[in-house]
Amino acid sequence: MRFVFKTSYAQDLEIFRDDVQRNWYVALLVGLLVLPLLIPAYLVDVSLVFIYGLCGISLMVLAGYTGLVSLGHAAFLGIGAYTHVYAIHDLGLPWVVGVALACAVTAAVGVLVGLPALRMTGVYLSIATLAFALIIQEVLTRWERVTGGLKGKPVDKPVVFGIYLGGDAAFYFVCLAFLIGALWLTGNLLRAPTGRAWVAIRDSEIAAQSMGVNLAVYKTSAFAYSAALMGVAGALFAHKIGFLAPDIFTVLLSIQFLLMVVVGGLGSLHGALFGAVFVALLPVAISQARDAVPAWLSALASPLGKDAGAATFLAVDRFVKKPGLEPGLFGLILVLFILFEPLGIYGRWRKIQLYFSTFPLYKRATFRRQKSYMRSERLR
Amino acid sequence: MSLLAADGLVMDFGGLRAVDGVSFEIEPAEVFTIIGPNGAGKTTIFNLVSRIYEPTAGRLIFDGEDITRVPPHEIARRGIARTFQNIELFEHATVLQNLLLGRHAHKRSRFVEELLFLPRVRELELEHREAVERVIDFLDLQPHRDSLVVNLAYGVRKVVEMARALCTRPRLLLLDEPSSGLSVEETEDMAFWIQDIRTILGVTVLMVEHDMSLVSSVSDRVLAVNYGRPIALGTAREVQEHPDVIKAYLGG
Repeated sequence: MRFVFKTSYAQDLEIFRDDVQRNWYVALLVGLLVLPLLIPAYLVDVSLVFIYGLCGISLMVLAGYTGLVSLGHAAFLGIGAYTHVYAIHDLGLPWVVGVALACAVTAAVGVLVGLPALRMTGVYLSIATLAFALIIQEVLTRWERVTGGLKGKPVDKPVVFGIYLGGDAAFYFVCLAFLIGALWLTGNLLRAPTGRAWVAIRDSEIAAQSMGVNLAVYKTSAFAYSAALMGVAGALFAHKIGFLAPDIFTVLLSIQFLLMVVVGGLGSLHGALFGAVFVALLPVAISQARDAVPAWLSALASPLGKDAGAATFLAVDRFVKKPGLEPGLFGLILVLFILFEPLGIYGRWRKIQLYFSTFPLYKRATFRRQKSYMRSERLR
Repeated sequence: MSLLAADGLVMDFGGLRAVDGVSFEIEPAEVFTIIGPNGAGKTTIFNLVSRIYEPTAGRLIFDGEDITRVPPHEIARRGIARTFQNIELFEHATVLQNLLLGRHAHKRSRFVEELLFLPRVRELELEHREAVERVIDFLDLQPHRDSLVVNLAYGVRKVVEMARALCTRPRLLLLDEPSSGLSVEETEDMAFWIQDIRTILGVTVLMVEHDMSLVSSVSDRVLAVNYGRPIALGTAREVQEHPDVIKAYLGG
C-alpha cells in the first residue's frame, strides 16, 4: 500500500494525487494515441465513447455534483447539434465559430431552464426538465426553416481552418481533444470554490446558504455550464451521425445519459467516463452477440438430439431479433446496478484497486456503510 | 454599542405566533444564551437572526446596520455564522472540504479564472487553506482532516460544524444546541471550546441550549423565553431562580 506523504498545501491542489497516478494517465493517453493503428475498424465507436464522455461530464456536474437530476439533457444535445449545423451550413460560418455558438446558445438555454430550478428540487425538477425536453423536440420538428423538420438535415464532414477532418482517425482525435479539454476545465472548477459550492448545494442547501453560497447563482451556473458542455458534445455528435432528425433527441436518449452517470458512479468524473464507455459500447456488444449467440447456443444444444441444435438456433434467433431488446437490457442493467453496486462501475473499480493495494488484508466491510437516512442519502 | 440588537421581533406561521415581540441586545465578546421549554420559539429566533425566516415584524441591527432585509447568503459575508441543531454538514465530503466551504464568504476568484485555474486562483486557494488550517489547529481536528464526515462520530461532527462556522471569520457565532446528542465529557469539552472562542478569538456567541450545566458555565447573560415571549433576562443564576422560569418549566 502506498501512502502519499504530503509536505505542502499546494500538493492538495494538484489534479493528480502523485507521480504514480500521473504516469498511469500518461500511459493511458499514449494508449489512446496509438489506438487508431490497432483497431482502425472500431474508431467510429470509440469516437462516440468520447462524445458520450462529454455528455457524461455534463450531466455529472449537474446530477452528480450539484444534485439537480435532469431528465432532459438530450434536448441540450439537440440544441447544440442544430445550432452548430445551422451556423456552418445555412449561415456559412467557420467550424470553430459554429462550436462556440452551439456552446453559447445551449448555455443561455441552460440558464433559462435553471431559473425555475431555483424553486424546485428532487423529482419535481426532473419532471420539469422532462417537459422541457418534450417542448424542444416539438420545436425541432416544427421549426422547419431552421431545422428541416421531420425531413431532417444532412451534416457534412467537419472542415476546420480549411483542413478536412472527416476521416475516422482525424475525427477520433478531434473528439479526444475536446474530451481532454472538458475534463481539464471541469477538474479545475471542481477544485475551486465554485465546485465546492456545487457539492455543498447537493448535500445541504440550508448549510450552503448560511456559509454564503448564493443558491440562485450557483444553481444557474451549474445548469449553464452543464448545458454548454452538452452543446459542444452536440456539435461533435452532429458530425458523428451525419444526419440530424428530431427523433434522435428523444427522452430515451436523456434516460441513457442518466443511466451513464448512475452506472458509472455518481459524484466522480471517472464515473462519467466509465458510464460513457458502457453506454456507447453496449449496443455494439449487443449487435455482436445477436450474430454470435444463436449459433453458439445451438452448438451447445446439438449433442442433445439431431433436431435440438436447429430448434435452439431458431428459438434463440427469434428472441434476440425481437425489437426492444436493447432498452430492456439497459433497464435491467440499471436495476442490477442500483441493487448491487450503487457506487457504480467507478465504485467497483475503487474496490478492486484497494483489494490489490492492501492484499492480503482487504476487508469487505471497508466500504460498507451503516444505513442512514440523512438528507444527502435521501437525495440520491 | 451592542453588536446585535433585536427589536420587537414577531414571527407568524399562519395563525401561530411563534415569536411574539422579542427584543434583546448582545454586547461584543459576550456569550448570550437563549433558553426555554420545547416549542418556546428559540430556534425560530435563531432562524430569524440568520435570515432563513422573514420576520413578520421587528428589526435586526448588526453592528449598526439594519440586516432585516438582507438575503440569507449575505449574512456570512457580514460576519454572522451558524451551526445547526441536527448538524448540516456535507456528508460525502472530507472535513477539509467542509471547512474550505466555510471560506466561501471570502471567495474572490471569478468563474472564468477558476475554469482555467489561473495562478491567482491557486494563490487564493492556498490562502483559504492556511485560514482553514489555523481553525483545525485551534479545535484540534488534525486527525480528522481527510476523513469523510459520514465516518465521523457524532461528537466530532459537532466540532467540525463549529469549525466550519469559524472558518467564515465570524464576529457573531450562532450555536444551535451545541450539546445536543453529546455525552457528559463531550459537553464539558464543548464548554471549553466556547470559552476559548470567546476569550482567544474574541468572537461573540449567541446560543440556544437546554443543558443547564453548559449554560451556567459559559453564559454571561441568559434570556428565557416561553410561548415566544421573553420572561426573564440576567445571569444564569438569576434566570434559573426567576419564578416565571420555574413556572414555565415545571408548570403550575
